[in-house]
Amino acid sequence: MNSSRVETMDDFVSLKSKKEKGFFDNSGPESSRSRLARRKFFQKLLFIMFRIAAGLNGVVLLIIVYYLVSNGWRAINWTFLTQAPMDSMTKGGILPCIVGTFLLGVGALVVAFPIGVASAIYINEYARPGKVLRIVRLGISNLAGVPSVVFGLFGLAFFVIYLEMGVSLLAGALTLGAMSLPVIIGSSEEALKAVPNTYREASLGLGATKWQTIWRVVLPSALPGILTGGILGLSRAAGETAPIMFTAAVFFTPRLPKSVFDEVMALPYHIYVLATAGTEIEATRHLQYGTALVLIVMVLGLNLVAIIWRSRLRRKMK
Amino acid sequence: MEKKLKMASKNLNFYYGDFKALHDVHLDFYENEVTALIGPSGCGKSTFLRCLNRMNDLIPISRVEGEILLDGANIYAPSVDVVNLRSRIGMVFQKPNPFPKTIFENVAYGLRVNGNRDRAYLAHRVEESLKRAALWEEVKDRLNDSALGLSGGQQQRLCIARALAVEPEVLLMDEPASALDPIATQKIEELIHQLKENYTIIIVTHNMQQAARVSDITAFFYIGKLIEIGETDALFTRPRLKQTEEYITGRFG
Amino acid sequence: MVMRRQLKEKFMRNLFTLVAFASIAILLAITIFLFKEGLPVFNLISVKDFFFGIYWYPTSDPPDFGIFPLIVASISVTLLSASIAIPLGVMTAVYLAEVASPRVRELIKPIVELLAALPSVVIGFFGMVVVAPFLQNTFNIATGLNLFNASLMLAFMSIPTICSISEDAVYSVPDALREASLALGATHLETIFRVVLPAAVSGICTAIILGMSRAIGETMVVLMVAGGAAMVPSSIFDPVRAMPGSIAAEMAEAPFRGDHYHALFATAIVLFMFTFLFNLIADYMSHKYRQVGDATL
Repeated sequence: MNSSRVETMDDFVSLKSKKEKGFFDNSGPESSRSRLARRKFFQKLLFIMFRIAAGLNGVVLLIIVYYLVSNGWRAINWTFLTQAPMDSMTKGGILPCIVGTFLLGVGALVVAFPIGVASAIYINEYARPGKVLRIVRLGISNLAGVPSVVFGLFGLAFFVIYLEMGVSLLAGALTLGAMSLPVIIGSSEEALKAVPNTYREASLGLGATKWQTIWRVVLPSALPGILTGGILGLSRAAGETAPIMFTAAVFFTPRLPKSVFDEVMALPYHIYVLATAGTEIEATRHLQYGTALVLIVMVLGLNLVAIIWRSRLRRKMK
Repeated sequence: MEKKLKMASKNLNFYYGDFKALHDVHLDFYENEVTALIGPSGCGKSTFLRCLNRMNDLIPISRVEGEILLDGANIYAPSVDVVNLRSRIGMVFQKPNPFPKTIFENVAYGLRVNGNRDRAYLAHRVEESLKRAALWEEVKDRLNDSALGLSGGQQQRLCIARALAVEPEVLLMDEPASALDPIATQKIEELIHQLKENYTIIIVTHNMQQAARVSDITAFFYIGKLIEIGETDALFTRPRLKQTEEYITGRFG
Repeated sequence: MVMRRQLKEKFMRNLFTLVAFASIAILLAITIFLFKEGLPVFNLISVKDFFFGIYWYPTSDPPDFGIFPLIVASISVTLLSASIAIPLGVMTAVYLAEVASPRVRELIKPIVELLAALPSVVIGFFGMVVVAPFLQNTFNIATGLNLFNASLMLAFMSIPTICSISEDAVYSVPDALREASLALGATHLETIFRVVLPAAVSGICTAIILGMSRAIGETMVVLMVAGGAAMVPSSIFDPVRAMPGSIAAEMAEAPFRGDHYHALFATAIVLFMFTFLFNLIADYMSHKYRQVGDATL
């Protein structure tokens, strides 16, 4: 395809010529058969190590889920899910946290989804390769790398103080929206890329404009993939703590938010507060486990839906 | 009968970046005639075809020099609206590419993007187009089924119907039968015969028998140059140039 | 008609171009506001003292704002977690792309994705209530909330990043290279080490850098698990206070636009610079050392 490929093939050939050093050596004092056996044994050993490494991911996930479920399920009952915390948060439920997390997640999605999808449309449909596209991409990848606590400080300085929103649902949703933007752009871009170019050509060949082509042919085909990305963005926003610590979440508020300028409780922050700053950390352990369990059921549930949906889509594409 | 000039390319050069893909192509197309473009793969015949409705505009690094005239007007002039142009010049692609919509919506697509909303009018035009593409009898009972459920040959005729619905003046076909079986191919070829009553047809094919069967004029391309053009019968029986003869007798390509 | 349509097209193109700059605008706004709120601290303390001062006593009188222990903590936590996450992540990636059957891959890949999706506060909580007591008892140490525990938790947060990007890189090495090696009598393992991994090295390096970038910026884990002592650690079982944890823990108590508040924003500038640098390096690597053949990132 290009010269770099040839170079690598040359590298490959030169590898072969370094016989004295390497695996490719079949001659020598040792019989080639025992050497082959050793090579095969070595391969088997390392493949087992690879398998263990891969399996470890599953083991870790299982252990975490097991601890949360086995310690948390007892805390979960109807009262827990439908009541506000009571007695300085040592009893009662977590309804305000569930509502708060839900609203923050949806709010973040409302902010980030249109901007994210539009950015992806620009990148995949309108942009031509060059400096502008390079800069836009660099901006997105760097935004994806900004630490969550920095988003929190930015939200505090910009939304809460500068724009005078105060610690509020709105400020939190905007901060989380900014944070989940790269996730949504990334998966929307993937979905748009998967739309066959023949669709675009057929539409343009019939005298449709570019926008008509995007709106009537490209977007409908990419929609399921784009929605999957939306779900992933929502779950990411719902699970974050640091960005809402100074922008939206409070230790305790007995009432549910009435407007976007109200402060809220949120599941992740509630876990953090109970586990580190409560008055009776040990006594509320079961509440902490229960809250964590509700949070991961929400987050992992959303992710599982997205993963299954996406793998179905991919199978259909083939 | 007086032949009427429909399209013409003059001094056409085409570049992909630094690579010159077409060299100084002069070629005329007449109304109610089928012109076949033949040549070995990579000879530029498809590239040339895609210049005729400015489909190559989509390739960022490409560049065109020279003129292509449609009814005497240069289609690369800055004042030309490329969207209008493409609805005057229809295109059928190598692989059938129906949209993942119903049969009806596929054919109605070009009308809808032009702002037609009247259901009765759309239905009338869809029926007419499907009839002209010789597909109506096969699909009239399932217009609301997905177009993706049709066979390959049916899909290609649907794509032709879709192109016809816009009422183009010129029809470009890029190896329209290369992905089809012999029976479906035969149907497409018959269709081309009927369609030339009303349209100027330009077809790219790598199948010389097909060119001989369907076209009136044949143009032979080789490495980006137009080598020879003539009446199809004459070109295949008495080629003037050695390169053409070698190609049509299968000595290279 | 044509005029109106062309106008609409132009409008749409410009609209989308404009919106695509939102990410850059946000990035710029972040930079501006961090500097706006962070720079005033340097009226009080020199840049050198801020970076290299070894005392972080923001609330004593007079306060000490030396973030050296925080930087050391962040770097050591990141390096230790990388030393765990890199081998595991890359090995998982190689297993998925080269060794595993399609069915096993279909099973493991979602698991890695779910691991990535676990909220950081949950991992922090797990490290606090499960791993810390375990470490304390097993190694007979003063506290289980320490550098090692935090690194371990961070490792499992950066493995998914490292794994998925490396896997893409390994997967997109052209088969022609593999076949050439196998045809010369190399085993599958030899092919992986001598042909596939060298061809995918730029993608793997990008993956590692992005994984480390995630680790250094991760907040909740270091906040809950690292122990919180603002001292330069002398052992991997010492409690530490990393930059993100310090910001998150203290911002709520820092008086609005006081020195402490500005000092925390200044710390965030340092943190932001670290991750920005990591990302620039990753971007540079993936563009400069593009993979061969069909393989691109």
